[in-house]
Amino acid sequence: MALPAVKSDGAEALLARHDAIVGEAGWATAARQSAEARLRAMGSPTRRDEYWRFTNPALLNADTPRPSVSEPMDDAQVFEDFDTLRVVFVDGVFRPDLSSEFTNEPNLELELLEGAFTKDIHWAKDLFGVLETDGQTPVERPFAALNTARATTGIVVRATGPVSKPVHLRYLHQSETSDAVLHHVVKVDEGASLTILENGPAAARFNKCMEIDVAAGGTFNHIRAQGRDHDRQCISHMFGRVAAESQYKSFTLTVNGVLTRNEHVIAFTGDDASAHVAGACVGQGDFHHDDTVFVTHDAERCESRQVFKKVLKTGATGVFQGKILVKEGAQKTDGYQISQGLLLDEQSQFLAKPELEIYADDVACSHGSTVGALDETALFYLLSRGIPRGEAENLLVLAFLGEAVDEIADDDLADEMRNRVAAWLTRHTE
Amino acid sequence: MLEIKNLHVQLEEEEKQILKGVNLTVEAGKVHAIMGPNGSGKSTLSYVLSGRDGYEVTDGGATLDGEDIMEMEPEERAAAGIFLAFQYPVEIPGVGNMTFLRTAVNAQRKARGEEELSAAEFLKLVRAKAKTLNIDGDMLKRPVNVGFSGGEKKRNEILQMAMLEPKLCILDETDSGLDVDAMKLVADGVNALRDEGRGFLVITHYQRLLDHIKPDVVHIMANGKIVKSGGPELALEVENNGYADILKEDA
Repeated sequence: MALPAVKSDGAEALLARHDAIVGEAGWATAARQSAEARLRAMGSPTRRDEYWRFTNPALLNADTPRPSVSEPMDDAQVFEDFDTLRVVFVDGVFRPDLSSEFTNEPNLELELLEGAFTKDIHWAKDLFGVLETDGQTPVERPFAALNTARATTGIVVRATGPVSKPVHLRYLHQSETSDAVLHHVVKVDEGASLTILENGPAAARFNKCMEIDVAAGGTFNHIRAQGRDHDRQCISHMFGRVAAESQYKSFTLTVNGVLTRNEHVIAFTGDDASAHVAGACVGQGDFHHDDTVFVTHDAERCESRQVFKKVLKTGATGVFQGKILVKEGAQKTDGYQISQGLLLDEQSQFLAKPELEIYADDVACSHGSTVGALDETALFYLLSRGIPRGEAENLLVLAFLGEAVDEIADDDLADEMRNRVAAWLTRHTE
Repeated sequence: MLEIKNLHVQLEEEEKQILKGVNLTVEAGKVHAIMGPNGSGKSTLSYVLSGRDGYEVTDGGATLDGEDIMEMEPEERAAAGIFLAFQYPVEIPGVGNMTFLRTAVNAQRKARGEEELSAAEFLKLVRAKAKTLNIDGDMLKRPVNVGFSGGEKKRNEILQMAMLEPKLCILDETDSGLDVDAMKLVADGVNALRDEGRGFLVITHYQRLLDHIKPDVVHIMANGKIVKSGGPELALEVENNGYADILKEDA
C-alpha cells in the first residue's frame, strides 16, 4: 500500500534537510543507503501513528529547529567531579580541545564515527544500523532511521575488558539554530564492563542514536542528564542487545526542554540476563516529555525493569509508552514495569500506555501506572514538624523519584542526579 | 501557656459542628489529660491546634503564650513550639528518618533565628536520644515509619518530640496499639521531657496511660465540650464507672 503523501513527502523532507554523507567505506555507505530506503518506506511520523498520539512530532519534522537559547548555567558542570574520559561535542561537532586524551585507557578502544567509517574492515559494521533495523519491528522509529542515514559524528567504542573510567559524552550547545545528528556504536565484549555518561542539551534540536551490544557476561551502565535549555528539542533512541548473563542498566534524568522523546529498545538474546531502564523527569509549563520503551524477551530467565517517574507542574505533559513482549519459549521471564506521574497542579497531565504481550506460560510480569498529587497526609505530617511547605513538598517529590534514581548502581552518580533534581526544585519553588 | 477560649469548630466539607465551645488553659510545667468517649472531639481538638486542613473555626480561638495560633500555618505553629504526637504516625516512603529529623530540627532552628546544627552535632544528639528510647540505628536509617511496628512508630514520635523540644506537647492516643512494655517505654520518654517550661495535653481513652504519665489535671470531653475537670482521681472514676455516670451527672 502506498504511503500517504504527507508521510512520503515528510520522509523526503527529513532526508533533504541534512547533508548526505559521502566518502565512507562500502559497508558504511550500504548501511546509510539501507536506512534511507527504510525511512522512505515508513515515511515521517504523524499524529495518526499509534505511537505518536500523545506526542506531536511537528517540531521534529520541521525543516528547521525551533531556535533555542543556550542556558549558560550548570549543564557543563554535570559529572564534573568524576574522573572520566571526556568526549565533548559542541552543537554536534567534536571538540578535541575540550576532550580527554583517551588513547591509553586499558581495555578501551575509542574513536570517532567518521574515522571508523572510512576503514574497510571494522567491527562496527556488524552493529551500525543493525540494531536500529532490528528495533524497527514491530514499531517503526523513523527518526532512528534518519539518524543512521545522516549522522555526522559520534563515537565508536569497544570495551575489551573492564574499563575503570566512565566514558563521558558532554554535549554543549551554543548556536541557537543548531540541528545535530549523532550516532554512537558501543560494543561490550564478553565479561567486559563499560559505563557511559551523557549530559547537556547538544543543540537546538538533537537527534541521537546509540546502539549497544553487550556480549555474554558483559556489564553496561548508562547515566544521562539531558540538558536544561528551555526550548531544546530532543529525539533519542537507544537500542540494546543483551546476551546471556549480561547486565544492562540505563538511567535518564530530564529537567526542562520543550520536547523530549526518549525511545529505548531492548532485546534479550541470551538466557539469565538483566536489563533495567529508568527515567526521572521534572518539568513545568510547556515541558513535554515522552518515554517510549520496548523490551523483548526472547530467552529464558531474563529480568527486565522499567521504572519511570515524572513530576509535572503548571501545564507540563508527561508521556509513557512502555511494552514488555515475552516471546514463546522465554520461560521464567521476570518483567516489571512501573510508570507514575506526580501532578503538582491541575493543569498538568500524564499520559500512559503500559502494554504487556506474553506468549510464554511460565513468567512473572507485572506492570502498574499511577497518576496523582502529593499525599496530603504525608505533607501535613512534615509541616507539623516545622518543615516549611516548599521544602516539605520537595522532600516528597524527591521521595517520589527515588525508585527511579535508586536504579543507578553507583552511589556517587546517584547522588549527582539527586542533587540535580534538588537544585531544580529549589529554583522552581516559590 | 495554651489558652483555648470558646472554641467552635466545624468540618469544612459539611456543616457538622465538632467542637462546641471548648475552654481550656494548659499552664507551663503541667500535664493536662483529656479523656472522653469516641466521637467526643478529642482528636479534632489536637488536629485543630496543630493546623490540619479540613476544619473551620466558627467561633472562639486559641493562643500560645498570647499569640493567636489559629492564624498560623502548621509549620509556623511547630516553630512556635506546638508538637502533635500522631495517633497514627504517617509512613513516608522514600524520605529517610534521619533526613526528616534533621530537616525538621534545622527548619525550626532557622525559623527561630538559631544556628542550624551541623551534620556531626545532629548525629551525636539524635544517637543519644534514640538510645534512651530503644531506637536502633536501623530505624533511623529507614524511611519515615515505613515497616515500623506500632510500638516503633510511637517511639519514633517521642524521638521527634525529644529532638524538637516543643513548648506544648499534644499526645493523641499515644497509648493506642501499645503493649504494656511499649507503653512504659513511651511514657518514660514523655516523662523525661517533663519540665517546668513545657506543657502537655495528653489525649487518651483509658486511664492506664495516666498510671505512667501522671496528670495534674484531668478533663472529660463529651459532645464537643469539656464537661468536667478535676484531679487525677477523675481518671480513676472513669476507669471504675465508665463515662456514662459522669455524663449523666453533667446532664
